[in-house]
Amino acid sequence: MKPFTYARPSEASEAVAALAADPDARFLAGGTNLLDHLKLGVVEPSQLVDVNRVTSTAIEDLPDGGLRIGAGVPNSDLAADPRVRERYPAVAAAILAGASGQLRNMASTGGNLLQRTRCVYFADPTTPCTKRDLSQGCSAREGWARYHAILGTAADGCIATHPSDLAVALVAVDAQVQVLGPDGARTIPIGELHRLPGDDPTRDTVLAHGDLITAVDLPAPTPAVRNSTYRKVRDRASYAFALVSAAVALEVRDGTVADVRIALGGVAHKPWRATVAEAALRGRPATDDEFRAAIAAELDAAEPVRSPLGGNTFKLPLVTGTVVSTLRGLAGGTA
Amino acid sequence: MARIRTTVDGLVYEDDVEPRMLLVQYLRERLGKTGTVIGCDTSNCGACTVHLDGLSVKSCSVLAVQANGSEVLTVEGLERDGQLHPVQQAFHDNHALQCGYCTPGMIMQSIDLLGDNPDPTEQEVREGIEGNLCRCTGYQNIVRAVQDAAQKMKPGATASQPASVAGGGA
Repeated sequence: MKPFTYARPSEASEAVAALAADPDARFLAGGTNLLDHLKLGVVEPSQLVDVNRVTSTAIEDLPDGGLRIGAGVPNSDLAADPRVRERYPAVAAAILAGASGQLRNMASTGGNLLQRTRCVYFADPTTPCTKRDLSQGCSAREGWARYHAILGTAADGCIATHPSDLAVALVAVDAQVQVLGPDGARTIPIGELHRLPGDDPTRDTVLAHGDLITAVDLPAPTPAVRNSTYRKVRDRASYAFALVSAAVALEVRDGTVADVRIALGGVAHKPWRATVAEAALRGRPATDDEFRAAIAAELDAAEPVRSPLGGNTFKLPLVTGTVVSTLRGLAGGTA
Repeated sequence: MARIRTTVDGLVYEDDVEPRMLLVQYLRERLGKTGTVIGCDTSNCGACTVHLDGLSVKSCSVLAVQANGSEVLTVEGLERDGQLHPVQQAFHDNHALQCGYCTPGMIMQSIDLLGDNPDPTEQEVREGIEGNLCRCTGYQNIVRAVQDAAQKMKPGATASQPASVAGGGA
Protein backbone atom coordinates (compact mmCIF):
# COMPACT_ATOMS: atom_id res chain seq x y z
CA MET A 1 0.00 0.00 0.00
CA LYS A 2 1.42 3.40 -0.98
CA PRO A 3 1.75 5.89 1.90
CA PHE A 4 -0.88 8.61 2.28
CA THR A 5 -1.72 11.27 4.80
CA TYR A 6 -4.80 11.16 7.00
CA ALA A 7 -7.17 13.92 8.08
CA ARG A 8 -10.08 13.74 10.48
CA PRO A 9 -12.12 16.93 10.12
CA SER A 10 -14.89 17.78 12.57
CA GLU A 11 -17.25 19.50 10.10
CA ALA A 12 -18.65 18.19 6.82
CA SER A 13 -17.74 21.46 5.10
CA GLU A 14 -14.09 20.98 6.16
CA ALA A 15 -14.08 17.50 4.66
CA VAL A 16 -15.49 18.80 1.39
CA ALA A 17 -12.96 21.64 1.31
CA ALA A 18 -10.10 19.22 1.99
CA LEU A 19 -11.05 17.15 -1.05
CA ALA A 20 -11.68 20.20 -3.22
CA ALA A 21 -8.14 21.36 -2.44
CA ASP A 22 -6.51 18.02 -3.34
CA PRO A 23 -7.50 16.21 -6.55
CA ASP A 24 -5.86 12.99 -5.30
CA ALA A 25 -7.60 12.90 -1.91
CA ARG A 26 -10.42 10.46 -1.12
CA PHE A 27 -13.11 10.28 1.51
CA LEU A 28 -12.86 7.39 3.99
CA ALA A 29 -16.08 6.13 5.58
CA GLY A 30 -16.21 2.43 6.58
CA GLY A 31 -13.36 1.70 4.19
CA THR A 32 -14.51 -1.86 3.47
CA ASN A 33 -14.19 -1.43 -0.31
CA LEU A 34 -11.56 1.34 -0.37
CA LEU A 35 -9.04 -0.62 1.71
CA ASP A 36 -9.18 -3.52 -0.73
CA HIS A 37 -8.44 -1.09 -3.56
CA LEU A 38 -5.58 0.54 -1.66
CA LYS A 39 -3.97 -2.87 -1.18
CA LEU A 40 -4.49 -3.86 -4.81
CA GLY A 41 -3.23 -0.55 -6.18
CA VAL A 42 -6.54 0.21 -7.89
CA VAL A 43 -6.45 3.64 -6.25
CA GLU A 44 -3.42 5.46 -4.84
CA PRO A 45 -4.69 8.52 -2.99
CA SER A 46 -2.43 11.21 -1.56
CA GLN A 47 -4.71 11.69 1.42
CA LEU A 48 -7.66 10.03 3.13
CA VAL A 49 -10.22 12.38 4.64
CA ASP A 50 -12.12 10.48 7.34
CA VAL A 51 -15.80 11.46 7.27
CA ASN A 52 -16.88 9.32 10.21
CA ARG A 53 -17.20 12.24 12.60
CA VAL A 54 -18.98 14.49 10.09
CA THR A 55 -21.80 12.29 8.78
CA SER A 56 -24.85 11.43 10.84
CA THR A 57 -25.36 7.93 12.21
CA ALA A 58 -29.05 8.58 12.97
CA ILE A 59 -32.22 7.44 11.20
CA GLU A 60 -34.80 10.21 11.66
CA ASP A 61 -38.52 10.40 10.93
CA LEU A 62 -39.41 12.98 8.29
CA PRO A 63 -42.65 15.02 8.63
CA ASP A 64 -44.17 13.39 5.52
CA GLY A 65 -43.85 9.88 6.97
CA GLY A 66 -40.53 9.15 5.32
CA LEU A 67 -37.13 8.52 6.88
CA ARG A 68 -33.81 10.35 6.69
CA ILE A 69 -30.87 7.96 6.90
CA GLY A 70 -27.59 9.61 7.88
CA ALA A 71 -24.78 8.74 5.48
CA GLY A 72 -22.79 7.32 8.38
CA VAL A 73 -25.46 4.82 9.45
CA PRO A 74 -23.85 1.36 9.35
CA ASN A 75 -25.52 -1.14 7.02
CA SER A 76 -26.26 -3.43 9.99
CA ASP A 77 -28.13 -0.67 11.86
CA LEU A 78 -30.13 0.22 8.76
CA ALA A 79 -31.19 -3.39 8.19
CA ALA A 80 -32.18 -3.79 11.86
CA ASP A 81 -34.24 -0.58 12.15
CA PRO A 82 -37.87 -1.59 12.85
CA ARG A 83 -39.23 1.34 10.79
CA VAL A 84 -37.17 0.29 7.77
CA ARG A 85 -38.16 -3.35 8.14
CA GLU A 86 -41.85 -2.54 8.42
CA ARG A 87 -42.22 0.27 5.86
CA TYR A 88 -39.48 -0.56 3.35
CA PRO A 89 -39.00 -4.34 3.53
CA ALA A 90 -37.07 -4.42 0.23
CA VAL A 91 -34.42 -2.11 1.72
CA ALA A 92 -33.81 -4.25 4.80
CA ALA A 93 -33.83 -7.45 2.73
CA ALA A 94 -31.36 -6.02 0.22
CA ILE A 95 -28.84 -5.12 2.91
CA LEU A 96 -29.04 -8.53 4.55
CA ALA A 97 -28.50 -10.16 1.15
CA GLY A 98 -25.14 -8.43 0.82
CA ALA A 99 -21.67 -8.95 2.29
CA SER A 100 -21.35 -10.50 5.77
CA GLY A 101 -22.00 -9.45 9.34
CA GLN A 102 -18.53 -7.96 9.87
CA LEU A 103 -18.68 -5.87 6.70
CA ARG A 104 -22.23 -4.67 7.38
CA ASN A 105 -21.09 -3.51 10.83
CA MET A 106 -18.37 -1.38 9.27
CA ALA A 107 -19.88 -0.30 5.93
CA SER A 108 -21.78 2.99 5.82
CA THR A 109 -24.93 3.94 3.94
CA GLY A 110 -23.15 6.53 1.78
CA GLY A 111 -20.18 4.28 1.14
CA ASN A 112 -22.42 1.39 0.10
CA LEU A 113 -23.80 3.52 -2.74
CA LEU A 114 -20.29 4.51 -3.85
CA GLN A 115 -18.68 1.06 -3.78
CA ARG A 116 -17.06 0.09 -7.05
CA THR A 117 -17.70 -2.77 -9.41
CA ARG A 118 -16.41 -6.22 -8.51
CA CYS A 119 -15.37 -6.87 -12.15
CA VAL A 120 -12.24 -8.99 -11.75
CA TYR A 121 -10.38 -7.05 -14.44
CA PHE A 122 -11.12 -3.72 -12.75
CA ALA A 123 -9.65 -5.05 -9.50
CA ASP A 124 -6.49 -6.35 -11.19
CA PRO A 125 -4.17 -3.56 -12.36
CA THR A 126 -2.17 -6.06 -14.44
CA THR A 127 -5.08 -6.48 -16.88
CA PRO A 128 -6.42 -3.80 -19.25
CA CYS A 129 -9.60 -2.10 -17.99
CA THR A 130 -11.33 0.89 -19.52
CA LYS A 131 -12.98 1.74 -16.20
CA ARG A 132 -9.57 2.20 -14.54
CA ASP A 133 -7.97 3.82 -17.57
CA LEU A 134 -9.91 5.24 -20.51
CA SER A 135 -6.98 4.60 -22.85
CA GLN A 136 -7.33 0.84 -22.34
CA GLY A 137 -9.86 -1.65 -23.70
CA CYS A 138 -12.25 -3.91 -21.80
CA SER A 139 -10.85 -7.32 -20.86
CA ALA A 140 -14.22 -8.73 -19.83
CA ARG A 141 -15.71 -8.60 -23.33
CA GLU A 142 -13.34 -11.35 -24.44
CA GLY A 143 -12.96 -12.84 -20.98
CA TRP A 144 -14.94 -13.81 -17.90
CA ALA A 145 -18.21 -11.92 -18.35
CA ARG A 146 -20.49 -14.00 -16.17
CA TYR A 147 -21.22 -11.16 -13.74
CA HIS A 148 -21.41 -8.46 -16.38
CA ALA A 149 -24.01 -6.18 -17.91
CA ILE A 150 -26.71 -6.95 -20.46
CA LEU A 151 -28.50 -3.58 -20.43
CA GLY A 152 -27.33 -0.02 -21.08
CA THR A 153 -24.02 -1.04 -22.61
CA ALA A 154 -22.28 0.68 -25.51
CA ALA A 155 -20.43 -1.11 -28.32
CA ASP A 156 -16.96 -2.23 -27.16
CA GLY A 157 -17.42 -0.24 -23.93
CA CYS A 158 -17.34 -1.13 -20.25
CA ILE A 159 -19.70 -3.95 -19.23
CA ALA A 160 -19.12 -3.74 -15.48
CA THR A 161 -22.13 -3.97 -13.18
CA HIS A 162 -22.80 -1.94 -10.05
CA PRO A 163 -22.41 -4.29 -7.06
CA SER A 164 -24.62 -2.66 -4.41
CA ASP A 165 -27.73 -4.52 -3.27
CA LEU A 166 -28.90 -1.54 -1.19
CA ALA A 167 -28.80 0.82 -4.17
CA VAL A 168 -31.15 -1.43 -6.15
CA ALA A 169 -33.73 -1.35 -3.37
CA LEU A 170 -33.33 2.42 -2.93
CA VAL A 171 -34.00 2.90 -6.66
CA ALA A 172 -37.22 0.90 -6.31
CA VAL A 173 -38.44 3.11 -3.44
CA ASP A 174 -37.44 6.40 -5.12
CA ALA A 175 -34.96 7.52 -2.47
CA GLN A 176 -33.42 10.99 -2.61
CA VAL A 177 -29.69 11.45 -2.00
CA GLN A 178 -28.54 14.53 -0.06
CA VAL A 179 -25.16 15.78 -1.21
CA LEU A 180 -22.84 18.49 0.10
CA GLY A 181 -20.39 19.76 -2.49
CA PRO A 182 -17.88 22.58 -2.83
CA ASP A 183 -20.74 24.79 -4.12
CA GLY A 184 -23.26 23.86 -1.44
CA ALA A 185 -25.96 21.27 -0.81
CA ARG A 186 -28.23 19.62 -3.37
CA THR A 187 -30.60 16.67 -3.71
CA ILE A 188 -30.20 13.96 -6.35
CA PRO A 189 -32.90 11.35 -7.05
CA ILE A 190 -31.22 7.97 -6.50
CA GLY A 191 -32.15 6.89 -10.03
CA GLU A 192 -29.97 9.70 -11.35
CA LEU A 193 -27.01 9.15 -9.00
CA HIS A 194 -25.38 6.27 -10.86
CA ARG A 195 -24.61 6.58 -14.56
CA LEU A 196 -24.36 4.36 -17.59
CA PRO A 197 -20.78 3.97 -18.84
CA GLY A 198 -21.26 5.98 -22.05
CA ASP A 199 -17.96 7.46 -23.16
CA ASP A 200 -16.52 7.70 -19.62
CA PRO A 201 -16.82 4.45 -17.66
CA THR A 202 -14.28 5.74 -15.11
CA ARG A 203 -17.18 7.65 -13.54
CA ASP A 204 -19.71 5.50 -11.67
CA THR A 205 -21.90 8.39 -10.54
CA VAL A 206 -22.76 11.99 -11.40
CA LEU A 207 -20.94 13.18 -8.25
CA ALA A 208 -17.96 15.50 -8.74
CA HIS A 209 -14.71 15.36 -6.77
CA GLY A 210 -15.46 16.71 -3.31
CA ASP A 211 -19.17 15.87 -3.33
CA LEU A 212 -20.05 14.15 -0.05
CA ILE A 213 -23.24 12.13 0.45
CA THR A 214 -24.66 13.35 3.77
CA ALA A 215 -27.99 11.48 3.93
CA VAL A 216 -30.46 9.33 2.02
CA ASP A 217 -34.15 10.21 2.29
CA LEU A 218 -36.83 7.57 1.87
CA PRO A 219 -40.18 9.07 0.83
CA ALA A 220 -43.32 8.05 2.74
CA PRO A 221 -44.02 4.43 1.83
CA THR A 222 -46.81 3.74 -0.66
CA PRO A 223 -48.89 0.57 -0.32
CA ALA A 224 -46.69 -1.02 -3.00
CA VAL A 225 -43.48 -0.14 -1.14
CA ARG A 226 -44.89 -1.63 2.06
CA ASN A 227 -45.45 -4.79 -0.01
CA SER A 228 -41.91 -4.99 -1.39
CA THR A 229 -39.05 -7.44 -1.29
CA TYR A 230 -35.58 -8.08 -2.65
CA ARG A 231 -34.55 -11.27 -4.38
CA LYS A 232 -30.91 -12.03 -5.14
CA VAL A 233 -29.70 -14.87 -7.35
CA ARG A 234 -26.05 -15.86 -7.07
CA ASP A 235 -23.64 -18.72 -7.63
CA ARG A 236 -23.85 -19.85 -3.99
CA ALA A 237 -26.39 -19.39 -1.24
CA SER A 238 -24.57 -16.65 0.64
CA TYR A 239 -21.67 -14.25 0.58
CA ALA A 240 -21.53 -13.65 -3.18
CA PHE A 241 -22.43 -10.82 -5.50
CA ALA A 242 -25.60 -10.94 -7.55
CA LEU A 243 -25.77 -12.57 -10.95
CA VAL A 244 -29.20 -10.98 -11.05
CA SER A 245 -31.26 -9.31 -8.35
CA ALA A 246 -34.63 -7.62 -8.22
CA ALA A 247 -36.19 -5.13 -5.82
CA VAL A 248 -39.91 -5.34 -6.47
CA ALA A 249 -42.86 -3.46 -4.97
CA LEU A 250 -46.42 -4.36 -5.92
CA GLU A 251 -49.95 -3.22 -5.09
CA VAL A 252 -52.77 -5.32 -6.52
CA ARG A 253 -56.42 -4.18 -6.31
CA ASP A 254 -59.22 -6.47 -7.50
CA GLY A 255 -56.74 -8.62 -9.38
CA THR A 256 -55.30 -5.61 -11.24
CA VAL A 257 -51.84 -4.09 -10.86
CA ALA A 258 -52.46 -0.69 -9.22
CA ASP A 259 -48.80 0.17 -8.65
CA VAL A 260 -45.54 -1.60 -9.36
CA ARG A 261 -41.82 -0.81 -9.03
CA ILE A 262 -39.10 -3.02 -10.41
CA ALA A 263 -35.37 -2.33 -10.04
CA LEU A 264 -32.76 -4.80 -11.25
CA GLY A 265 -29.23 -5.45 -10.02
CA GLY A 266 -26.42 -7.33 -11.74
CA VAL A 267 -27.59 -6.32 -15.21
CA ALA A 268 -26.15 -2.85 -15.84
CA HIS A 269 -23.53 -0.25 -14.90
CA LYS A 270 -26.20 1.23 -12.61
CA PRO A 271 -29.17 -0.15 -10.69
CA TRP A 272 -31.67 -0.61 -13.52
CA ARG A 273 -35.19 0.72 -13.04
CA ALA A 274 -37.37 -1.40 -15.31
CA THR A 275 -39.64 1.43 -16.43
CA VAL A 276 -40.77 -0.36 -19.59
CA ALA A 277 -41.98 -3.36 -17.60
CA GLU A 278 -43.63 -1.14 -14.98
CA ALA A 279 -45.56 0.82 -17.65
CA ALA A 280 -46.62 -2.41 -19.34
CA LEU A 281 -47.98 -3.80 -16.06
CA ARG A 282 -49.93 -0.85 -14.62
CA GLY A 283 -53.65 -1.46 -14.93
CA ARG A 284 -53.15 -5.00 -16.22
CA PRO A 285 -54.25 -8.25 -14.56
CA ALA A 286 -51.75 -9.58 -11.99
CA THR A 287 -51.07 -12.84 -13.80
CA ASP A 288 -47.92 -14.74 -14.75
CA ASP A 289 -48.57 -14.14 -18.45
CA GLU A 290 -48.72 -10.38 -17.94
CA PHE A 291 -45.62 -10.44 -15.70
CA ARG A 292 -43.74 -12.44 -18.32
CA ALA A 293 -44.78 -10.17 -21.19
CA ALA A 294 -43.79 -7.06 -19.24
CA ILE A 295 -40.28 -8.23 -18.42
CA ALA A 296 -39.85 -9.49 -21.99
CA ALA A 297 -40.60 -5.95 -23.20
CA GLU A 298 -37.95 -4.60 -20.80
CA LEU A 299 -35.37 -7.09 -22.08
CA ASP A 300 -36.00 -6.23 -25.75
CA ALA A 301 -33.07 -3.83 -25.50
CA ALA A 302 -30.73 -6.33 -23.80
CA GLU A 303 -27.38 -7.10 -25.38
CA PRO A 304 -25.82 -10.05 -23.61
CA VAL A 305 -22.11 -10.73 -23.99
CA ARG A 306 -20.92 -13.82 -25.83
CA SER A 307 -17.31 -14.28 -24.77
CA PRO A 308 -14.90 -17.20 -25.23
CA LEU A 309 -14.82 -17.79 -21.47
CA GLY A 310 -18.59 -17.97 -21.18
CA GLY A 311 -20.83 -14.97 -21.69
CA ASN A 312 -23.99 -13.98 -19.91
CA THR A 313 -26.88 -14.81 -22.23
CA PHE A 314 -28.15 -16.95 -19.34
CA LYS A 315 -29.15 -13.71 -17.63
CA LEU A 316 -32.13 -13.22 -19.96
CA PRO A 317 -34.12 -16.21 -18.66
CA LEU A 318 -32.69 -15.63 -15.18
CA VAL A 319 -34.04 -12.06 -15.03
CA THR A 320 -37.38 -13.25 -16.38
CA GLY A 321 -37.71 -16.05 -13.86
CA THR A 322 -36.56 -13.89 -10.94
CA VAL A 323 -38.95 -11.02 -11.68
CA VAL A 324 -41.95 -13.21 -12.52
CA SER A 325 -41.63 -15.35 -9.39
CA THR A 326 -41.05 -12.30 -7.18
CA LEU A 327 -44.12 -10.51 -8.59
CA ARG A 328 -46.16 -13.69 -8.16
CA GLY A 329 -45.09 -13.96 -4.52
CA LEU A 330 -45.97 -10.31 -3.80
CA ALA A 331 -49.34 -10.78 -5.53
CA GLY A 332 -50.12 -13.51 -3.02
CA GLY A 333 -49.14 -16.55 -5.05
CA THR A 334 -46.28 -18.98 -4.64
CA ALA A 335 -42.95 -17.27 -5.34
CA MET B 1 2.20 9.63 11.49
CA ALA B 2 -1.09 9.85 13.31
CA ARG B 3 -1.65 9.63 17.05
CA ILE B 4 -4.20 7.05 18.15
CA ARG B 5 -5.58 6.12 21.54
CA THR B 6 -7.41 2.81 21.81
CA THR B 7 -8.53 0.42 24.50
CA VAL B 8 -7.53 -3.10 23.55
CA ASP B 9 -8.68 -6.02 25.69
CA GLY B 10 -9.24 -3.62 28.56
CA LEU B 11 -5.94 -1.75 28.47
CA VAL B 12 -5.43 1.75 27.05
CA TYR B 13 -2.71 2.21 24.42
CA GLU B 14 -1.44 5.39 22.80
CA ASP B 15 0.73 5.18 19.73
CA ASP B 16 1.89 7.01 16.65
CA VAL B 17 1.03 4.96 13.58
CA GLU B 18 1.36 5.32 9.85
CA PRO B 19 -2.08 6.08 8.40
CA ARG B 20 -1.80 3.02 6.14
CA MET B 21 -1.24 0.61 9.05
CA LEU B 22 -4.05 -1.93 9.26
CA LEU B 23 -5.71 -2.59 12.62
CA VAL B 24 -4.61 -6.23 12.46
CA GLN B 25 -1.00 -5.15 11.90
CA TYR B 26 -1.24 -2.79 14.86
CA LEU B 27 -2.61 -5.54 17.09
CA ARG B 28 -0.02 -8.11 16.06
CA GLU B 29 3.10 -6.09 15.39
CA ARG B 30 2.80 -3.23 17.91
CA LEU B 31 0.86 -4.82 20.73
CA GLY B 32 2.07 -8.40 20.23
CA LYS B 33 -1.50 -9.68 20.19
CA THR B 34 -0.87 -12.49 17.75
CA GLY B 35 -4.04 -14.34 18.74
CA THR B 36 -5.74 -12.39 15.95
CA VAL B 37 -4.45 -13.87 12.70
CA ILE B 38 -4.22 -12.66 9.12
CA GLY B 39 -5.81 -15.05 6.67
CA CYS B 40 -6.59 -13.57 3.28
CA ASP B 41 -5.84 -9.87 3.82
CA THR B 42 -8.74 -9.12 1.44
CA SER B 43 -11.74 -9.02 3.81
CA ASN B 44 -12.95 -12.40 2.58
CA CYS B 45 -12.02 -15.05 5.14
CA GLY B 46 -12.85 -13.47 8.50
CA ALA B 47 -9.89 -15.03 10.36
CA CYS B 48 -8.88 -11.56 11.60
CA THR B 49 -12.30 -10.75 13.12
CA VAL B 50 -12.22 -8.61 16.28
CA HIS B 51 -14.83 -6.43 17.97
CA LEU B 52 -14.71 -2.68 17.48
CA ASP B 53 -16.92 -0.92 20.02
CA GLY B 54 -18.79 -4.17 20.55
CA LEU B 55 -19.39 -5.09 16.92
CA SER B 56 -17.48 -7.61 14.84
CA VAL B 57 -15.25 -6.26 12.06
CA LYS B 58 -12.51 -7.67 9.85
CA SER B 59 -9.36 -6.08 11.24
CA CYS B 60 -7.49 -6.51 7.94
CA SER B 61 -9.98 -4.10 6.40
CA VAL B 62 -9.91 -1.43 9.08
CA LEU B 63 -7.11 1.08 9.42
CA ALA B 64 -5.58 1.49 12.87
CA VAL B 65 -6.50 5.19 12.69
CA GLN B 66 -10.16 4.18 12.32
CA ALA B 67 -9.96 2.56 15.76
CA ASN B 68 -8.85 5.82 17.40
CA GLY B 69 -11.02 6.49 20.43
CA SER B 70 -12.57 3.04 20.25
CA GLU B 71 -12.56 -0.17 22.24
CA VAL B 72 -11.13 -3.24 20.57
CA LEU B 73 -11.72 -6.74 21.88
CA THR B 74 -9.63 -9.60 20.51
CA VAL B 75 -9.79 -13.32 21.16
CA GLU B 76 -7.03 -12.76 23.74
CA GLY B 77 -9.35 -10.64 25.86
CA LEU B 78 -12.15 -13.18 26.24
CA GLU B 79 -11.07 -15.30 29.18
CA ARG B 80 -11.86 -14.18 32.70
CA ASP B 81 -9.80 -15.26 35.72
CA GLY B 82 -8.36 -18.19 33.83
CA GLN B 83 -11.79 -19.35 32.60
CA LEU B 84 -12.49 -19.55 28.91
CA HIS B 85 -15.42 -17.60 27.50
CA PRO B 86 -18.41 -19.96 27.02
CA VAL B 87 -17.98 -19.80 23.25
CA GLN B 88 -14.28 -20.70 23.54
CA GLN B 89 -15.20 -23.55 25.87
CA ALA B 90 -17.88 -24.77 23.46
CA PHE B 91 -15.39 -24.78 20.57
CA HIS B 92 -13.07 -26.87 22.76
CA ASP B 93 -15.80 -29.24 23.93
CA ASN B 94 -17.20 -29.81 20.43
CA HIS B 95 -13.84 -30.09 18.71
CA ALA B 96 -14.89 -27.18 16.50
CA LEU B 97 -11.58 -26.88 14.75
CA GLN B 98 -9.25 -28.83 12.55
CA CYS B 99 -6.15 -26.78 11.76
CA GLY B 100 -7.42 -23.97 14.01
CA TYR B 101 -6.46 -21.05 11.83
CA CYS B 102 -10.03 -19.76 11.39
CA THR B 103 -10.85 -20.31 15.08
CA PRO B 104 -10.13 -16.84 16.54
CA GLY B 105 -12.30 -15.21 13.88
CA MET B 106 -15.01 -17.85 14.16
CA ILE B 107 -15.19 -17.33 17.93
CA MET B 108 -15.33 -13.53 17.69
CA GLN B 109 -18.03 -13.64 15.00
CA SER B 110 -20.02 -16.25 16.94
CA ILE B 111 -20.03 -14.00 20.01
CA ASP B 112 -21.33 -11.13 17.87
CA LEU B 113 -24.01 -13.41 16.43
CA LEU B 114 -25.14 -14.60 19.88
CA GLY B 115 -25.34 -10.98 21.03
CA ASP B 116 -27.95 -10.34 18.32
CA ASN B 117 -29.62 -13.73 18.45
CA PRO B 118 -29.12 -15.67 21.69
CA ASP B 119 -30.83 -18.84 20.43
CA PRO B 120 -30.06 -19.25 16.72
CA THR B 121 -31.24 -22.14 14.57
CA GLU B 122 -28.65 -24.10 12.62
CA GLN B 123 -29.51 -22.06 9.52
CA GLU B 124 -29.17 -18.79 11.45
CA VAL B 125 -25.73 -19.86 12.72
CA ARG B 126 -24.64 -20.68 9.17
CA GLU B 127 -25.87 -17.28 7.97
CA GLY B 128 -24.30 -15.51 10.95
CA ILE B 129 -20.85 -16.89 10.17
CA GLU B 130 -21.17 -16.51 6.39
CA GLY B 131 -18.22 -14.15 6.39
CA ASN B 132 -15.88 -16.67 8.05
CA LEU B 133 -14.26 -19.35 5.95
CA CYS B 134 -12.88 -22.64 7.29
CA ARG B 135 -10.55 -24.03 4.64
CA CYS B 136 -10.62 -27.41 6.37
CA THR B 137 -14.41 -27.22 5.77
CA GLY B 138 -15.00 -28.18 9.38
CA TYR B 139 -18.26 -26.30 9.65
CA GLN B 140 -20.37 -29.08 11.18
CA ASN B 141 -18.70 -28.94 14.58
CA ILE B 142 -18.37 -25.15 14.45
CA VAL B 143 -22.14 -24.82 14.05
CA ARG B 144 -22.67 -27.37 16.83
CA ALA B 145 -20.33 -25.43 19.11
CA VAL B 146 -22.17 -22.14 18.56
CA GLN B 147 -25.50 -23.78 19.34
CA ASP B 148 -23.99 -25.50 22.38
CA ALA B 149 -22.62 -22.16 23.61
CA ALA B 150 -26.05 -20.59 23.10
CA GLN B 151 -27.62 -23.19 25.39
CA LYS B 152 -24.93 -22.75 28.06
CA MET B 153 -25.22 -18.96 27.95
CA LYS B 154 -29.01 -18.95 28.47
CA PRO B 155 -30.18 -17.29 31.68
CA GLY B 156 -30.49 -20.00 34.29
CA ALA B 157 -28.16 -22.41 32.55
CA THR B 158 -25.67 -24.06 34.85
CA ALA B 159 -22.48 -22.79 33.32
CA SER B 160 -19.05 -22.99 34.84
CA GLN B 161 -18.98 -19.19 34.79
CA PRO B 162 -21.47 -16.35 34.49
CA ALA B 163 -22.67 -16.05 30.91
CA SER B 164 -21.49 -12.88 29.31
CA VAL B 165 -22.81 -12.39 25.80
CA ALA B 166 -21.52 -9.68 23.49
CA GLY B 167 -18.01 -8.50 23.96
CA GLY B 168 -17.12 -10.86 26.77
CA GLY B 169 -17.82 -8.03 29.19
CA ALA B 170 -15.07 -5.73 27.92
